[in-house]
Amino acid sequence: MNGIAARIVLTVFAAASLNEAFHRAADEYSAVNPGTEFLFNFAGSQQLAQQIALGARADVFASADMRQMRAAMPMIDTASVQILVRNRLVVVVPSSPGRRVRRLADLGSPGVKIVLAANSVPAGEYALRFIGKCAEARDFPAGFNSAVMKNVVSYEENVRAVLAKVVLAEADAGVVYVTDAASVKNHAVETIDIPERLNVIAEYPIGRTRESAHAADAERFIRFLLSARGQEILAHAGFTPAGRTAEGFAPKPASPENTRHE
Amino acid sequence: MNDARLRLPLAAAALPLVSFLVLPLAGLLLRASGEDILGTFLGPEAARAVALSVTTTLITVLIAVAFGTPAAYLIARKKFPGKSVLDALVDLPVVLPPSVAGIALLVTFGRRGVLGGMLASMGIELPFTQAAVVMAQVFVAAPLYVRTLAVAFAAVDRDLELAAAIDGASRWQTFLRVTLPLSLRGAVGGAIMTWARALGEFGATIIFAGNFPGRTQTMPLAIYMGFELDLRVALALAAVLLVTSFVVLAAVRGIAGRWIESA
Repeated sequence: MNGIAARIVLTVFAAASLNEAFHRAADEYSAVNPGTEFLFNFAGSQQLAQQIALGARADVFASADMRQMRAAMPMIDTASVQILVRNRLVVVVPSSPGRRVRRLADLGSPGVKIVLAANSVPAGEYALRFIGKCAEARDFPAGFNSAVMKNVVSYEENVRAVLAKVVLAEADAGVVYVTDAASVKNHAVETIDIPERLNVIAEYPIGRTRESAHAADAERFIRFLLSARGQEILAHAGFTPAGRTAEGFAPKPASPENTRHE
Repeated sequence: MNDARLRLPLAAAALPLVSFLVLPLAGLLLRASGEDILGTFLGPEAARAVALSVTTTLITVLIAVAFGTPAAYLIARKKFPGKSVLDALVDLPVVLPPSVAGIALLVTFGRRGVLGGMLASMGIELPFTQAAVVMAQVFVAAPLYVRTLAVAFAAVDRDLELAAAIDGASRWQTFLRVTLPLSLRGAVGGAIMTWARALGEFGATIIFAGNFPGRTQTMPLAIYMGFELDLRVALALAAVLLVTSFVVLAAVRGIAGRWIESA
């Protein structure tokens, strides 16, 4: 309320994919609320969830899936949890002339090196679901799933590490979020779109921690992110706005979705 | 030497650091249950991580000994231009953050790396392979062997070598019969330190070799990934790593000490 006198530091734990967008949002928020500073911890959501569950001090947690939000739930104020944004997957390939993956079906070609996020990372779980959907689709060859899995050379600890291996052209392809691909400068990667029917929509929940020392400020920052301006910033980074209408925005703790798919 | 009066104050002064070193290890062991450890070992992923760690670290030690011994002798005994630079270079990988080591390896030996084109023309692709795991370990751990052995070589009494030479021993015989036995403690100690550092190597490995169960996922990587997936498995693996490291360090030191003294 009286932000001038007291200096507040909001500690925000956020999925690695939110990095640029949250920095920008924080800058704008601080401009309107002088005296509020931000301390960010960006990493794989599964890592953040463990840290919070084991007692790390945080005010806000933004996860890339509900599974990891639920893992942190004992320390999260359940009433505050809402869907912040949505994200889509895309295949990234190095932008070199001799690249080996030009369309989705090439992911199963022998000798292609694929890097995914680990299964415990939301992006990794989504990627496995996307590959599973391809395998079931008629326009992909039989045995596509096992052919792709055979090509995986590494399961990285977060989605940005997947991107880095593709930027360095060590991997022939990686599965990341649209927003990650958009963050790459100098056209170091090219993207192969994943059509709607094969894509997996990632829902990012956000909430404040039960023991936040700045509960009111944490909630105000979350409100800002959900405001028209906040959503605009996130959309600029490539996210799909949470959309309070069509798909049913419900300020409740959890959607029952997200059982582990192997 | 046997000044009992100083023992108590010294112990009191050392207590904070010693207990700080021991407490987290004890905490880890307290949290890991024996049942989980057994279950983990029967699980295929953990067993593969253990096997991979054992083989790669042994190869790392062999490489360190084979190529590090001449390097240590060179540093300890020979004068040549740029010696002080070489001296500093050997220590550099040890003090570098492992992530820096990993990135350095990647941009050098990776597909787009400085040597990548040359390697590719020979059909060699290193990242994401077991060779990359060993390379990461050698890079960060081998300098410990070189440094320790160089110190030991430098400490050998030159008069003894001279005496052997006067008695008609060739240079090679002198090295094998005098210099090497007198430096053996340093060699064994250095090899143990290299092995232990290689066993714990994480940062360079995950960047250069990636994380693939059974191929590049060593114990530290399995623990890190397991920390997020199943804390119990991670605790079990961590406890196993802790106990094996301690037992091997203690045993090898004990054995090496006795064996060298009796030699």
